[in-house]
Amino acid sequence: MSRTAAIIIAFVLGLFMMIQFFIPHPAVTGIYNTLLDIKQIVLGCAFILGVLSLIRFHAGRIRQKQAGGWYSSAALLGLAVMVVMALVWGTEDGPYRWMFNNVQAPMQATMFSLLAFFVASAAYRAFRVRNLDASVLLAVGVVVMLGRVTLGTLLSWDIGGQTLSLAGASEWILHSVNVAAKRGILIGVGLGMIATALRIIIGLERTYLGRD
Amino acid sequence: MHISSDIGIWIAALGTIAIFSFLYRENPVFRFAEHLLVGVSAGYYLVQYAHSGLIKKFWYPLTAGGNYWLVFGALLGAMMFLKLNRKTRGWGNIPVAFYVATGAGYLIPSVMKSMVLLQVGGTIRNPFAAGNSAGDAITTIVIFVGVICTLVYFYFSARRTGVVKHVSRVGMLFLLAGFGATFGYTVMGRITLLIGRFQFLLRDWLGVGI
Repeated sequence: MSRTAAIIIAFVLGLFMMIQFFIPHPAVTGIYNTLLDIKQIVLGCAFILGVLSLIRFHAGRIRQKQAGGWYSSAALLGLAVMVVMALVWGTEDGPYRWMFNNVQAPMQATMFSLLAFFVASAAYRAFRVRNLDASVLLAVGVVVMLGRVTLGTLLSWDIGGQTLSLAGASEWILHSVNVAAKRGILIGVGLGMIATALRIIIGLERTYLGRD
Repeated sequence: MHISSDIGIWIAALGTIAIFSFLYRENPVFRFAEHLLVGVSAGYYLVQYAHSGLIKKFWYPLTAGGNYWLVFGALLGAMMFLKLNRKTRGWGNIPVAFYVATGAGYLIPSVMKSMVLLQVGGTIRNPFAAGNSAGDAITTIVIFVGVICTLVYFYFSARRTGVVKHVSRVGMLFLLAGFGATFGYTVMGRITLLIGRFQFLLRDWLGVGI
């Protein structure tokens, strides 16, 4: 019953959201804007649900006294501190913003910067020249990397009155060869997204409803 | 050298070092920092999404603007919590269906425009149009040939023989060059972040003049 209702709602709303694009009438635009607002409300509730699930998971680890359970206390403490600070002092200034600037932002940036080391070791394995394909990957990767640093600007040659630099080559690769490959992928992904969206609207794709 | 006396800088520096300690090996300090980051991030985004979804899009328009249709949104949002109970979990799919279907319906015309039509339009351009330099003409031709070859590479409904084989091979080389460029670009982005973190530790925290 609930599954059938969900599929009917998906069909009606999906169809409306699709055809509203071609009907520039104020009434239709009004409904469309209200639906987008409702979508934001549902997203807010979905996020709360996700956090509740996170709390349940970590509280379970603490309650069952699992190994490393005290790490879960750190996660719950961080979560609680942020929520309480936002509720008491607001979100624009004060301790909530201070926590973001001094705890979350630097730690998150460091976490992403760690990838530089792992990417370097992955590159060593991936870029070992074994055939033409790996050579193309290696050559383009090296030119783009060198072109983004000062050395790339310094490495330049005069050919027939034209200055050819690694930085220029890097820019050209990013704006031509890279664009061509990305565009080919993008067109394919776009068509795939449209096909999947149509499958959802007509009820052929139901995996988002779960198994029950 | 002038070490910072700002408590915020100290906390950020200790957090940074705790995360960097993973480079040695996984250790309790890193795991603590990792869990703290998860908790703080969840708290931050919870507040942001709840504020934008429930206060800005529901409470203000309802109380100040009198838009009572949004009550349906609140009801749908509340139905989301039915997923927490095994018996009522099925009804929790109604808001999920709403969210997915509105997204899917909106996506079809917008994706068709931005990811297909505009991309095709940007690919089929006159390389010898007035004002184009020789370099522009070459770039336009390279993009056109590259997109066609890449699309042929992803076309699996024809046997890879004859012309199709050669064209798809060129498409694969374009893809590899594209992946190489993306890889190089990503690596440099991460290295920039890394340099930023070291600059923070040396300049902002330890006060080393660099």
